Amino acid sequence: MLAQLSNSNFLVIQTLNSLSLGGLLFLLAAGFSLIFGLMRIANLTHGSLFMLGAYIGVSLLEAGVPNLWLAALAGGVATAVLGGLFERLVLRSLAGNSQGQVLVTLGVSFIVADLCLMLWGGDPLPIQTPESVRSPLRVAGFTFPAYRLVVVALAIVVAIGLYVLIERTRLGAMIRAGVDDMPMARAVGIPVSRLFTIVFCLGAGLAGAGGIIGGPILSAYPGLDADMLPLALIVVILGGVGSLAGAFIGSFLIGFVYTFGSALVPDLAYVILFLPMILVIAFRPTGLFGRMGA
Amino acid sequence: MSRTAWLAGGLLALFALPLVAGEFYLNLASQMLIAALFASSLNLLVGYAGLTSLGHASFLGAAAYLSAWLSLHLGLAHWASAPIALAGTVLTAAVFGWIALRATGLGFLMLTLALSQVLWGLAYRWVGVTDGDNGLRGLTRPEPLGVAIESADRFYWFALLVCLLAIGLIALFVRSPFGAALRGTRDQPRRMGALGFDVWLIRWLTFVIAGFWAGVAGLLFIWYHKYVHPSALSLQASAEVLLAVIAGGSGTLAGPVVGAVMVVFLKNFVSAYVERWNMLLGFVFLAIVLFLPEGLVPGMRRLIRRVKS
Repeated sequence: MLAQLSNSNFLVIQTLNSLSLGGLLFLLAAGFSLIFGLMRIANLTHGSLFMLGAYIGVSLLEAGVPNLWLAALAGGVATAVLGGLFERLVLRSLAGNSQGQVLVTLGVSFIVADLCLMLWGGDPLPIQTPESVRSPLRVAGFTFPAYRLVVVALAIVVAIGLYVLIERTRLGAMIRAGVDDMPMARAVGIPVSRLFTIVFCLGAGLAGAGGIIGGPILSAYPGLDADMLPLALIVVILGGVGSLAGAFIGSFLIGFVYTFGSALVPDLAYVILFLPMILVIAFRPTGLFGRMGA
Repeated sequence: MSRTAWLAGGLLALFALPLVAGEFYLNLASQMLIAALFASSLNLLVGYAGLTSLGHASFLGAAAYLSAWLSLHLGLAHWASAPIALAGTVLTAAVFGWIALRATGLGFLMLTLALSQVLWGLAYRWVGVTDGDNGLRGLTRPEPLGVAIESADRFYWFALLVCLLAIGLIALFVRSPFGAALRGTRDQPRRMGALGFDVWLIRWLTFVIAGFWAGVAGLLFIWYHKYVHPSALSLQASAEVLLAVIAGGSGTLAGPVVGAVMVVFLKNFVSAYVERWNMLLGFVFLAIVLFLPEGLVPGMRRLIRRVKS
């Protein structure tokens, strides 16, 4: 283990892997966190949306969509629409019944998992790395897989975009008001109900696009949903529900813990992954950046 | 007919089942019994404490894995491995409960889900101890009081006795003063706190007790299957038992039993014809939550009352 840690090539590559996993987690967790913060819904379909996005990406690329970025955009729009429909048609009828909503999202996650298995089969489907970033970068004697750098950059761009949306726009101000005090937000005339749909679409779209962007690294396979959902849960518990900064820091923290854990102690990586969450919960139940209890 | 007569007739029919049913149906019935006890243990949390756990498979799985590991690696006999496995399960429940009860509501649900994933991950990845995806095999059934329970009918009787005893004790627990206080913490936690009850402690003790009974179900599980795989600890296992509780009717004693019978029936019987258990599970979840949110047992009771009046 120490020999590995003192090997600078190992360190660089694992750091990059950690960052790119963190970036993907952020795409997933940001929406989960906003949905939970605003709507008090623990959306257990979030992992399914990520997987569905990946599979849609596979099909779009096969159908001749010229590149991954367009596929990610189209797939993101598709999952956003599906998410919006789900919110309007199903979750809406259970407003105020948070237990019922969780159970419905759980049920739908099983249905989506089985549908994906039916439509795309049980074998992992790879997604090709886009042509333009396929060749590795060589800097100072190290080789970097360029695609992973692009993923990190993309996550940072999305984070900045979300930050501007939430902190600097009228829509963002309304969302923040809804997260902090929903009855009061309603009372001053904020259309909270429409915000719900917007935020749910946004979260679903980010998750679906994340699935496609993660495709070249993770590929699409049955069980991708169940692999990603717990990671998103930990990130959100760790960072604090409804907090964008929390989701950002939490994603990269978990990206590092998981990547280095898997490389150094593969048997126990999954346990190590949960340690930061347990520590935070024990000493700060609202999460690192949370303003309210989970 | 009076309630006691119904109960006595039902018990008689349960004990007489091996006289009429073949091996396949007896094995199915044994699985239903185990699921019924498992669901009843979760019902303590979901129904009586108002805490929806999505990680209850942890405790069934922990007991099964511990018992299997103790017999395979330390060569312990059943009389020793069973109590140690139960003690380990209770300890796990004590720790998990301490962490998960930092929150209530959805936070509690997410924490129990996350914690159960830790055990699932251990079972899958810690190959040296759990043999990973292969699971632990090569186990035996115990011989309680020197009686072999290898055959389907004997195991059924054994499981029936254990489950009746356990569910009876759960019923006593629910009706005890502690059970009344527990329901108080579910309905009016603030008032209970103001009355001087330690709400957190009541919830935590209930969590540990629910873990204990899930552990008992886990021992029956490992003795029945003589095999355990990480899927016993999966989110799906936790979801199935939660579905059993909610479909049957949480907060009633009969509900989880009815729900468990339904889930095991659907899983073993219907999915033999339609090969899509996951989808079926999902749709049953949707149907129950959207159309029968109170569960089958309270729903039927309401229907019967309406017919009678």
